[in-house]
Amino acid sequence: MADTLLKVDGLQAWYGESHILHGIGFEIARGELVTLLGRNGAGKTTTLKSVMGIVEKRTGSVTFDGRETVGLPSDQIARLGLAYCPEERGIFSSLNVEENLLLPPVVRPGGMSLAEIYQLFPNLMERRRSQGTKLSGGEQQMLAIGRILRTGASLLLLDEPTEGLAPVIVQRIGDIIHQLKGRGFTILLVEQNFHFAATVADRHYVMEDGRVVDMIASADVQQNIGKLQAYLGV
Amino acid sequence: MAQVALGLVNGAFYAMLSLGLAVIFGMLNVINFTHGAQFMMGAFAAWLMLGILGVPFWASLVLAPIIVGLIGVVLEKLLLKRIYHLDHLYGFLLTFGMALIIEGMFQWKWGSSGAPYPAPITGGTDLGFMIMPSYRLFVVVAALAICLATWYGIERTKLGAYLRAATENPTLVRAFGINVPRLITLTYGLGVGLAALAGVLAAPIMQVSPLMGTNLVLVVFAVVVIGGMGSIMGSIVTGFGLGLVEGLTKVYYPPAANTVIFVVMAIVLLVKPAGLFGQAK
Repeated sequence: MADTLLKVDGLQAWYGESHILHGIGFEIARGELVTLLGRNGAGKTTTLKSVMGIVEKRTGSVTFDGRETVGLPSDQIARLGLAYCPEERGIFSSLNVEENLLLPPVVRPGGMSLAEIYQLFPNLMERRRSQGTKLSGGEQQMLAIGRILRTGASLLLLDEPTEGLAPVIVQRIGDIIHQLKGRGFTILLVEQNFHFAATVADRHYVMEDGRVVDMIASADVQQNIGKLQAYLGV
Repeated sequence: MAQVALGLVNGAFYAMLSLGLAVIFGMLNVINFTHGAQFMMGAFAAWLMLGILGVPFWASLVLAPIIVGLIGVVLEKLLLKRIYHLDHLYGFLLTFGMALIIEGMFQWKWGSSGAPYPAPITGGTDLGFMIMPSYRLFVVVAALAICLATWYGIERTKLGAYLRAATENPTLVRAFGINVPRLITLTYGLGVGLAALAGVLAAPIMQVSPLMGTNLVLVVFAVVVIGGMGSIMGSIVTGFGLGLVEGLTKVYYPPAANTVIFVVMAIVLLVKPAGLFGQAK
């Protein structure tokens, strides 16, 4: 690939005794939006966590911008320019909305300003003094995404940002992800909601049992719809 | 009234010590049973610096907490950090063992009887209803200021936001690029420094002796339980409050003065097991 930002090769990961990832490989080019699709338990979330360095044990190779990250602790990985938005959102209840937004330190120049983030998420502006966990599910998701935009990270790892949200909010999140791509962010998105994923992504990697089993470009989704449905069991 | 005011002096020590315990417990998930020994080390550091180097009280007030805090940092890096992933019981055993070793070493070197530390402020202040020793009044005011400054640091500053967030979800905070292990070490040093600061303040009131922290810290653990484990404001309010309760008991029914705090603890545990300011998990 011309300008690879993230390259994963032979990545294996474990939680305690359970071997979750069995040597996966994929690449993301700078500015690309790629999804990981697959059923529950296929290893999508573990893949994001492994890239971020927060699994108990991982082997293989994960290079970011040419730098090997396996062996680095997660705080140093973050400082290379990766940012993680967890599935459970991870909003801190002892912090108000603005404190949550300002928590992740700026690791690189070029991040969005607080004003720009509030422009993107006007709801957060209105509720900036509220306790983080008092927000609605959709607002918490926006907060979880908003807070990693300030840091100057170039690669965003988003784990199921639409989970459990009303369709109108899902659409709103979709718009935002589009805008973020337009701003030049590279995005790795884990998604159960295939119809949502299909509307935003450039390419899809399909995972099964801790392995990447297929790659489908968004342009080819229509021809491969049967195959995809078989993979995802929908 | 006089007993009430003196109760506040005890409350000042309860508050400072339980605050340090709360800060440490919140971040490390370890109940620091070495706290009493570290309180004693603060008093000893001031006493030794005065005796050997002639360092005055006011300089010790700054230097002793830094020295003892740094010893705490070393203990954390050498020992405590190895047990975070284990059950609470191991933290209890380790910190309790450290306390016994430290207190034993001091007893071996300096004996148990203790030595007086001259009060840096003499005379009394007329409060209208009583004449309070000026130094004790200073202790109450200083403790209150220290407690509020600590509260402000944790609840209103950026570093405090890191602390609060890391208490909730250290993995995620680390994945944002914050060096959480260093933050934990710093927190332990800070909590230990608070204990030592209380020790320096206590030196002119109590005898400086190797076991001066043991009895006090027993009450402080009750205070922490009553206030709610890990609650910052809870420790401060409960610390001063129970000092008052103890002082009042001395007026109305002196024989119960030593047990009243444990009676309160039993009642609070029955009615609100998470403590007055604690959140049930």
